[in-house]
Amino acid sequence: MSVEKYTFDAVIVGAGGAGLRAALQLAEAGLRTAVLTKVFPTRSHTVAAQGGVAASLGNSTPDHWHWHMYDTVKGSDWLGDQDAIEFMCRKANEVVIELEHYGMPFDRTDEGKIYQRPFGGHSMNYGEAPVMRSCAAADRTGHAMLHALYQRNVRARTQFFVEWMALDLIRDADGDVLGVTAMEMETGKVAIFHAKATIFATGGAGRIYYSSTNAFINTGDGLGMAARAGIPLEDMEFWQFHPTGVAGAGVLITEGVRGEGGILRNCHGERFMERYAPNLKDLASRDVVSRAMVTEINEGRGCGPNKDYVLLDITHLPPETIIKRLPGIREISIQFAGVDPIKEPIPVVPTVHYQMGGIPTNYKGQVVVPKGDDPEVPVVGFYAAGECACASVHGANRLGTNSLLDLLVFGKASGETVIEDIKSGNLRLKPLPQDAADRSLARIDRLNTAVSGEPVADVLVDLQRTMQKHAGVFRFAHLLKEGVARILEVEERVRNTYINDKSMVWNTARIEALELENLIEVAKATMFSAEARKESRGAHVRDDCPDTPEFPNGRNDKEWLKHTLWYREGNRLTYKPVHLKPLNPDTEPIALAKRTY
Amino acid sequence: MTTRVVHFRIYRYDPDKDEKPYMQDISVEIDATDKKLLQALVKVKAKDDSLAFRRSCREGVCGSDAMNINGKNGLACLTDIDSLEQPIVLRPLPGLPVIRDLIVDMTQFFKQYHSITPYLINNDPPPERERLQSPQEREELNGLYECILCACCSTSCPSFWWNPDKFVGPAGLLAAYRFIADTRDQATNERLDNLNDPYRLFRCHTIMNCVDVCPKHLNPTKAIGKIKDLMVSRMV
Repeated sequence: MSVEKYTFDAVIVGAGGAGLRAALQLAEAGLRTAVLTKVFPTRSHTVAAQGGVAASLGNSTPDHWHWHMYDTVKGSDWLGDQDAIEFMCRKANEVVIELEHYGMPFDRTDEGKIYQRPFGGHSMNYGEAPVMRSCAAADRTGHAMLHALYQRNVRARTQFFVEWMALDLIRDADGDVLGVTAMEMETGKVAIFHAKATIFATGGAGRIYYSSTNAFINTGDGLGMAARAGIPLEDMEFWQFHPTGVAGAGVLITEGVRGEGGILRNCHGERFMERYAPNLKDLASRDVVSRAMVTEINEGRGCGPNKDYVLLDITHLPPETIIKRLPGIREISIQFAGVDPIKEPIPVVPTVHYQMGGIPTNYKGQVVVPKGDDPEVPVVGFYAAGECACASVHGANRLGTNSLLDLLVFGKASGETVIEDIKSGNLRLKPLPQDAADRSLARIDRLNTAVSGEPVADVLVDLQRTMQKHAGVFRFAHLLKEGVARILEVEERVRNTYINDKSMVWNTARIEALELENLIEVAKATMFSAEARKESRGAHVRDDCPDTPEFPNGRNDKEWLKHTLWYREGNRLTYKPVHLKPLNPDTEPIALAKRTY
Repeated sequence: MTTRVVHFRIYRYDPDKDEKPYMQDISVEIDATDKKLLQALVKVKAKDDSLAFRRSCREGVCGSDAMNINGKNGLACLTDIDSLEQPIVLRPLPGLPVIRDLIVDMTQFFKQYHSITPYLINNDPPPERERLQSPQEREELNGLYECILCACCSTSCPSFWWNPDKFVGPAGLLAAYRFIADTRDQATNERLDNLNDPYRLFRCHTIMNCVDVCPKHLNPTKAIGKIKDLMVSRMV
């Protein structure tokens, strides 16, 4: 197969919030930039974000970026890097205001300012009371944001390669990154995108689980490409289960529903969160609420004929509020749960939603890996932002509205760093290695020539069920151990998939087979990292690491206050320290404490 | 678990091997939890992996899985299987070139969207804080900004079928009015100039197919009417 070559200053993979924000920075700086995307940009999964984007604008209640930083560090169960968190919280106002200037249709306060609502884990004055920090466009914030960013990119004349799937990262003998290989879906053609800088903004991989709020496209392509190219993945044991996915359907119901006054109830109609989080109640952090819900269900207080869900109740809210602030949620409830939330509560269950881990980066968006004694040496030419990256601002548990903020702040920062690195002459167009496209061509060739094997759909469903069973809301030592063995069995099967469709034109069977090869990398990283972490922290809570006086909430800071790094080669695990120091020497660090809400 | 069988007739065409398009009859077993057409289509694809269609969010917000369902455009992920007569007849969106099976070439559709300068224009130096907009002014954008660019509307519009290169179409015109209606935008005159043409705007004959099929319950015809009103009031 012939391989075409394109040359750019920078190539961005992914056109969700992070990719579009980075693209804007580069396009406006006049760099020759290509944005590769599997789907038309406005179909990226940022579009499904609902509740808002965090910024301490203080439009309705007093607020301060340091309060936001405190909430984020605490929410991360102290696994987040405090320099990156400070950077994000300080930049929040700037990037949200920019977005407003781009045309984002935020809801408004009576004074005409950006409307803000309360959200889980966000508080005033270091945990005192809920704060209104989530800047929202009804319950369609992600949609409004993604479209505004795309529109601004139209203005900046950004060059998109739409419906191109990136296949593999190109690294040379020095380990420097020189671009990616990619396939045009319409023609099946493979090309090399040779660039000085490569930014991954490929989003999450929630599709490793059977029940997920994530879109079909969320297959961890960036993580798979990085892992195959020898880059480790960081903190992959930490997966967020969103408390409120529609029972049975998995579709997301925003935390903004609770921000607007929604209440979770068990089969007795009890507001059970009062027992688990006396202060913030239904607006406690997501991991806390999800575990409380599963505990209620496990102890027989679930609702419905099988007692396998709880109810999210907003029937006490004025219908006008629901229609004005939560119109999308009402639609989703009617469509996917068959209930009108004005009249009836919504059946919900914790559902996989977000990957806290990812490709290790620093706060500038540079991908960093251990080299010698230094745990964080930038990989020349490689950057990442958004859900595929681990900066790490979310640590062991992300707060709601911090993901959209992450996209904006680190999308922009990665763009700025690339501009700086190109202008300073640190980055140049290095010659491509001879074998730059070999791995990708071999992967495609295997699929094209295989005459037998297992259907992709069958292997995928077993991968997803394995993750669901062995690495769920609560984790059990024996299930994790067994899960490691199971997922290695699935890996063997991934190598032996077969597709019947051999067409060159828009071959979605081939795309799904290639996506499965990315999902398996993420699944292995998750299972190995989770099995190894012998403590409970944030979203990773183990039965053999319970709450004790020595280890509050089961957290063991002495041994486990560190980031996991998983390498594909031999499933090797190493660790690196958490940044407990903020960026600015004058900034008060957030001291370690037991996490309660 | 109770399962049931759903029957389909699906438009198939792969330029790599088919001389011409044909309709494929295929049936699949679905579970009680499969309520939406997209879920059934995923099962069809598990049975015959060569069926090509776009899909992503499966909750009606990304706009990928628009298709012609029993003669009417809609999103597969928002369409109840039980609401459909069987066999369920699926065709690609009408009026756009077919690439393969249910996948159409949307170039023309996006070209029209891009032709209306789909971004906010405000040439004042950006203030330090947000530009103010009252809740009432913001409300003017409701019913406009929620468009997901699925193309159900434009590809159900006879005027767009006839002149896809000249008529902006309902989706593009809805977007045009979204910026005209935004108090922060300063380019209303230029936007009206851009549309003041026998084809670009005035090919809309208020047939209202767009309103009928919009999966987000938006009303492009109403937005088009408002643009026409502005055009008229600008002249007098």
